[in-house]
Amino acid sequence: MSQIAFPAIDSSIVARRDAIVAGLAALVPPECLIASEVERRAFETDGLTAYRRLPLAVVLPQTTAQVAAIMRFCRDSAVNVVPRGAGTSLSGGAIPQEDAIVLGLSKMSRILDINLADRTARVQAGVTNLAITDAVAADGFFYAPDPSSQLACTIGGNIGMNSGGAHCLRYGVTSNNILGLQAVTLNGDIVELGGAHLDASGFDLMGLLIGSEGQLAVVTEATVRLLRSAEGARPVLFGFDGVEDAAQCAAAIMASGITPVAMEYMDRPAIEICEAFAHAGYPLDVEAMLIVEAEGSEAEIDSQLARIGAIAKAHRVKVVRQSMSAMESAQIWKGRKSAFGATGRIADYICMDGTVPTSRLPEALRRTGEICAAHALRVANVFHAGDGNMHPLILYNVNDPAQQALAEDAGNEILKMCVELGGCLTGEHGVGIEKRDLMRSQFNQVDLEQQMRVRAVFDPAWRLNPAKVFPFDARSGL
Amino acid sequence: MSPANAQRLRPADEAQAAAFVLDAGKQKLRLEIVGGGTRRGLGRPFYGDAELSSQALNGIDFYEPAEMVIGAKAGTPLSVIEAAIAAHGQILPFEPMDARSLYRWVGEPTLGGLIGGNISGPRRISAGAARDCVLGLRLVNGRGQIIKTGGRVMKNVTGLDLVRLNCGAMGTLGFITQAIVKLAPKPEAEATVVIRRLDDAKAVAAMAIALGSPWSLSGAAHLSAGMGRDFPRSFFRLEGFADSVAARRDKLIEALKDFGAKHAVEGDASARLWRAIRDVEFLSEPKERAIWRISVAPSNGPKLIAALGPMALAHFYDWGGGLIWLAAAPTPEVAGAIRAALVPLGGQATLMRAQDSLRERVEVYQPLSPALLEISRGIKASFDPDGVLNAGRMYAEF
Repeated sequence: MSQIAFPAIDSSIVARRDAIVAGLAALVPPECLIASEVERRAFETDGLTAYRRLPLAVVLPQTTAQVAAIMRFCRDSAVNVVPRGAGTSLSGGAIPQEDAIVLGLSKMSRILDINLADRTARVQAGVTNLAITDAVAADGFFYAPDPSSQLACTIGGNIGMNSGGAHCLRYGVTSNNILGLQAVTLNGDIVELGGAHLDASGFDLMGLLIGSEGQLAVVTEATVRLLRSAEGARPVLFGFDGVEDAAQCAAAIMASGITPVAMEYMDRPAIEICEAFAHAGYPLDVEAMLIVEAEGSEAEIDSQLARIGAIAKAHRVKVVRQSMSAMESAQIWKGRKSAFGATGRIADYICMDGTVPTSRLPEALRRTGEICAAHALRVANVFHAGDGNMHPLILYNVNDPAQQALAEDAGNEILKMCVELGGCLTGEHGVGIEKRDLMRSQFNQVDLEQQMRVRAVFDPAWRLNPAKVFPFDARSGL
Repeated sequence: MSPANAQRLRPADEAQAAAFVLDAGKQKLRLEIVGGGTRRGLGRPFYGDAELSSQALNGIDFYEPAEMVIGAKAGTPLSVIEAAIAAHGQILPFEPMDARSLYRWVGEPTLGGLIGGNISGPRRISAGAARDCVLGLRLVNGRGQIIKTGGRVMKNVTGLDLVRLNCGAMGTLGFITQAIVKLAPKPEAEATVVIRRLDDAKAVAAMAIALGSPWSLSGAAHLSAGMGRDFPRSFFRLEGFADSVAARRDKLIEALKDFGAKHAVEGDASARLWRAIRDVEFLSEPKERAIWRISVAPSNGPKLIAALGPMALAHFYDWGGGLIWLAAAPTPEVAGAIRAALVPLGGQATLMRAQDSLRERVEVYQPLSPALLEISRGIKASFDPDGVLNAGRMYAEF
């Protein structure tokens, strides 16, 4: 039993399937078009695996010109288009349906140019997040936003969702690290936004496109900001007996004027899951843990960690463990970054992404626990404490429809609670289909209509990723 | 600027602002959006039927020092906000410039104005632009509707980002009534490494090395001869905890010693220097010169100046070479030459200051491609279909 509704399938599109496939075949080489059912299956879902819908066809263009031709064809043929990067979305942003083609950017995965003097790289949209850092790491540079899925996820997908990651606390999210975009509109126009310079003239269309969830245009290339890596970095684990102590400690560290590079929170269930998977040396006798990373020279790290340690002490820290080697640091981060995967080994889960003001974290954690308990579900909390971006992982059994309904219900309650505490539905994963019907808890109809009128400038007929972001019953009356 | 006898609307609250806009739409009036009035000389010459001012929308709505976030009404003077946050050792991360040195020292910078103009200073290279620091906005669109976008938390990707769209839109999409802004801790210390007598190309090369170093610069600028000294000077700013600043300062001097780096200025002397750079004080006079603000890839900065030759009467670089402040003769020919020189290099130029007559004849903001013009026109219509709000202030077409 699925709770999240999809739009009614447009049977007039499905009926034209053969002609649509033939039309696409004329635009791209044969190896770029997937029409067989068995191969289309690979594109039926993304990171929100409880929902699966078979696309009409999958097209994997190799060039921006091909993307433009496909977009024009889909507009003229009235076919829905679901853009896709690596398909790691946790909110269902890349889930297609039977009347839509999937437009995947995975074959456009080249790094086009690296300019270390200007600290920029020009990349195609299908390049993976980590591949950018890998290409410049030997020179001492990196691309900052680091979603947990960075090994697989693409920069195009990151742009679509305005993705974050643990190290965004210091370096900002995707929108703070993109200087230029090339994008293709549904008209087939190829537009250049920004460039290697800062702050393009006119309306900030690049800022609008970033995080627009494939609703406005398809991004084909990006100019990203490269940063020089710090001389060194060192994470410290702080274990607490009290959940509230840990949350208050995180808020106090931020308030002190120190901005650690990353500050991650894990509660006991998350610690146990991750430790069993990654053997990172996490303390197992605490209720909550913070991973706080400082960077700079050895002396700077020592000085920062001393300040942070003093704050932790004032919040009754029980266990303090500093990483003693690069390998130990890597293990600590491996544990954190594999949290979602490790959780997937023991149960199905949905991952919420609400954000609350940091001062409300203790209350948000308490109420998250209460909501899950009331639904008789287990929850593991692992999230970015420095910016209040929570990630409760609600554990359930995907094969039990009643439990899935309970899990989704609990998730919805948690997100509404985040909004009520002054926060928002999603900090970095996007609305997708998952949170679409909750949008009214954060925006009223007038707010939504203004957003939808902006959307209509690009796609008046709701062809681009049409099932996502905006509640169906809000879509009239523009 | 609107005519002297134009009606001056000063809504006392958001609801009244919405009513004024709705009424103006019905009467087919064009409203000039006014904040503190410091940058009325920016944009295409604009003659509104009436002014809509944020002057009476004044006051801090909330300030959470522990969360480093402040919400205030759009007409709140910047000085009020800065005083309130300074009391808790905090700053606006993006270091907004005070534009009054460029114009005629009139008006009072406001929160809404600096957001509408996306006004950022030297720290933009490390802390982001104004639009990177605005978490949420409330505004009245041209239909007289009150729109909420964004929020008050640090990370928020819920729905389309109308916050960024309105930052830098110069009031053409909405009359901003309230903004929520992210703050930063005031650095405990600052130091600025100084190198003398580099030419432009060498200075930009030195800044590239510094900005590509692990020492987290928060400013990199190069002043020409005649700006405070009779020789060129390059500046490299470090901020943070005192021990860290001292250590990074020494390492940076060592790394740049082949360029002649020897010493640094600290504390107030450093702060005064960056305030002068931020506020473009060196190009303030003579007032009849046109002032251009040009953003390019840093390594292209000296190339652009070289291409302009003697047309560049005076210039300096901020953002490691990526931002050029240029004084030039106020003629359409020079404007054309600047835009032509940008074609092969990429980047954008804004005519920040010139007589109305020049701003009537040349594009003040970088011309848009046909596709972007069409999208921009559509976005304007989505907020303000009848052109009530500052229509034509940025581009003639909308």
